[in-house]
Amino acid sequence: MKREAYGFLKYSLKRGISLIVVVVIAVYITILIANMGGYVDNIIKSEVRFRIGVQVNQNPAYKGLPPREKGKLIEKLYQQEIKRLGLDTPFIFRSYKYLAQALTLDLGRALYLTSDTGSRSVKMIILERLPATVLLFTTVNLILFFISLFAGLYASRKYESKIDKLIVGLSPLSSIPGWFYGIFLIIIFASVLRVLPYGGLVDAPPPTNMLDYAISVLRHMVLPILSWLIGYAFIQTYVRRTFFLMFSSEDYVEMARAKGLPPRMIERRYILRPTLPPIMTDFALTLISSWMGAIITERVFNWPGIGTLFYMAANMFDSPVIIGEVVIYAYLLAITIFVLDIVYAIVDPRIRLGIT
Amino acid sequence: MSRRVKERLKEILQYKPALVGLGILVLLIGISIYTVITIPYSKATYLWRAGEGIWLECPRNAMPSWVNLFLPKKLPETIILDTQKGGRGIAKAVVPFGEKASKIRIEFTFNYPYDDFPSEINLFYTAGYNRSSPHITIYWIKPNGEEFKIKELTLKKSGAYYVSNDEKVAQNLQKRIYEKFGKEPDYTMSPEIGLFAREDESILKIETVTPIKGRYMMIIEGTVFERNANVDVKLVVYGKVYGVAGTDHLRRDLSIALLWGTPIALSFGVIAAVSIAFIQMIIAALSAWYSNKVDFVIQKITEINMILPFLPILIMLSVFYSFNIWMLLIIVIALSIFGSGVKTYRAVFLQIKEFSYVEAAKAYGASNLRIIFLYLIPKILPTIIPSLVLSVSDFVFLEAALAFLGLGDPVAPTWGKIIDDAYSMGALYKGYFYWVLEPSFMLILTALGFALLGFSLDKIFNPRLKEI
Repeated sequence: MKREAYGFLKYSLKRGISLIVVVVIAVYITILIANMGGYVDNIIKSEVRFRIGVQVNQNPAYKGLPPREKGKLIEKLYQQEIKRLGLDTPFIFRSYKYLAQALTLDLGRALYLTSDTGSRSVKMIILERLPATVLLFTTVNLILFFISLFAGLYASRKYESKIDKLIVGLSPLSSIPGWFYGIFLIIIFASVLRVLPYGGLVDAPPPTNMLDYAISVLRHMVLPILSWLIGYAFIQTYVRRTFFLMFSSEDYVEMARAKGLPPRMIERRYILRPTLPPIMTDFALTLISSWMGAIITERVFNWPGIGTLFYMAANMFDSPVIIGEVVIYAYLLAITIFVLDIVYAIVDPRIRLGIT
Repeated sequence: MSRRVKERLKEILQYKPALVGLGILVLLIGISIYTVITIPYSKATYLWRAGEGIWLECPRNAMPSWVNLFLPKKLPETIILDTQKGGRGIAKAVVPFGEKASKIRIEFTFNYPYDDFPSEINLFYTAGYNRSSPHITIYWIKPNGEEFKIKELTLKKSGAYYVSNDEKVAQNLQKRIYEKFGKEPDYTMSPEIGLFAREDESILKIETVTPIKGRYMMIIEGTVFERNANVDVKLVVYGKVYGVAGTDHLRRDLSIALLWGTPIALSFGVIAAVSIAFIQMIIAALSAWYSNKVDFVIQKITEINMILPFLPILIMLSVFYSFNIWMLLIIVIALSIFGSGVKTYRAVFLQIKEFSYVEAAKAYGASNLRIIFLYLIPKILPTIIPSLVLSVSDFVFLEAALAFLGLGDPVAPTWGKIIDDAYSMGALYKGYFYWVLEPSFMLILTALGFALLGFSLDKIFNPRLKEI
């Protein structure tokens, strides 16, 4: 038991450190890409100018100054500040500073967008929107995961049955992405049948009662979830079922059957257990792609998460928000991968025990 | 080799889904070739970005004409009558009087057999004169003989009179109804409804108001005050259907973007899928073959690449640099070559590396590159072709998704751009479903073509899966 815990800890630490290194490099590359056109520089410069402007204008000592003098003063202080910040040094030195700021989520101020509380801080804007995205896409992925797991098991048990054939037949639906089905679902359920909302998070005006609020949010989640289920549930079930079928013809499973073990036990102990690690990988990959897919799905359903924010920022050229979001996405990916690595270790005893 | 290829081809042709898929792809390629030949790219982008100027004769948000085949109520087509072009239903007479002046009388007669009202009525005119502008009066006569004076106008050298936007005409029509029935209609009656509606009790309610079918007349009587002065008028009664694909909010013919979207989507998808698969394969082969340091570096780059958020970075780049479609393609490829495919291929190569024919090649002194390109890669090529074909539609949808986010090529007319326009203009709320469904249909057709072919190829090339 002790050895197990030690191995597990060592493994998590190793994975954690290696992921941190990878995240640092990924964020650094993001900064390099973003600054190819001098965008990060411009963000900082505009921020400095804003801050100095506010300082000078609010300082009672400068109150009597004529506007032209004031402008000169601001310009002088601005140049000083630029020098102090080292913005006149080569980019390669500054890039490390940006990296540190990005990694500590010191993401600067938005050019146009504001948070609901009126803040211009990019971090505030993004964090305010993150829960909506996490709510929708974690729900979607969990539903997908359990559906594909149980339906896959069922189909592998009923190999060649009608349901099995249906799943195989419908798996090509995945060649069209989930968000695309969303458009049709909106046409059917919102435009024509008028039973579900077109999009958004809650009804307008939002219900004051907690229960009504929750129901309203759930109603708004139906179509996005359904669109992803149509797009991905069948293919995932198909993949799982094929996987289970491959494992259920292994010798040790045959052996267990010959011994007369109950089918449920065979499934749990002999089929599910060895297939869990690859299933977790699969889950990780879909979760990761869902963070990306979120941008388009949220645009389709007008879901007020970070995807919609990203779309708005892209169309308003709000570069600090764009860069901030890319950094947040890199973090989300890294956290997802880390959590799944840990889960992987729990599921796979070889890793848990430090044997590779 | 060629015999094997032939056998494979024969096998493909025996699968019905593969045949259907191939048929769809041939159709799409046919459309692409037709488009590229008949509408040069420069013309397409010009037309698509020209603004309302050259599209003035098209109705706004019109459905495709063929919907009339399925509707119980026939929607109107656009009717254009132009005195400069002449033709049926156009009569123009110039009678001189006095010293210099002449009277001009233009009669437009047209048949209106439709069950719905037109969407708009506009008059465009040119008047040739030096100093004194001509003066005209416009009358409207319904099929049952009811007459209405629309407007008196003093003409500029060229211009337009937007009948549908004339509040005064709408008010006069309302007043006329009030005088007839002692009641005003329960809706705001626009000129095009008033000018076409049957004037009985039915006109009072929006649910019952119907156009009169039959022969309408517009009479323009005018006076020009100079010798040689002339007036030409074009009447456009905008319909609610247009062409094979309909129009958008800027009156543009959607068929241009639907047609041009085909070659763009196909080439984008195919080039991206093929080059990414091959480059990934080469990288994986290098990684597996050289092992040690090369392997370590490649594996680390792949891991970093997997943490780089692909779509957000792509969007960030598109925002900052607004690429054209080909630059976008290169960026997509560059961001994907160290994708997860490298890991999958590498695992396969590690097995193949141990095969005896590779050992033999090594023994007789084949160079590293020779082994990689002639022994390793050809071995797994057949197994990856199905997934390559299947991945084409991913990239087609990626391009559409970028356009849908407003970030595709700023110039090229594509399917995603139509969906973006439709979405931004609230097509789903307003019920302009054709606007979204047409590009969607093309996208689905493309995806279906590649999916059917891909899944059939999978059955042929990876027969082991058939058993399970």
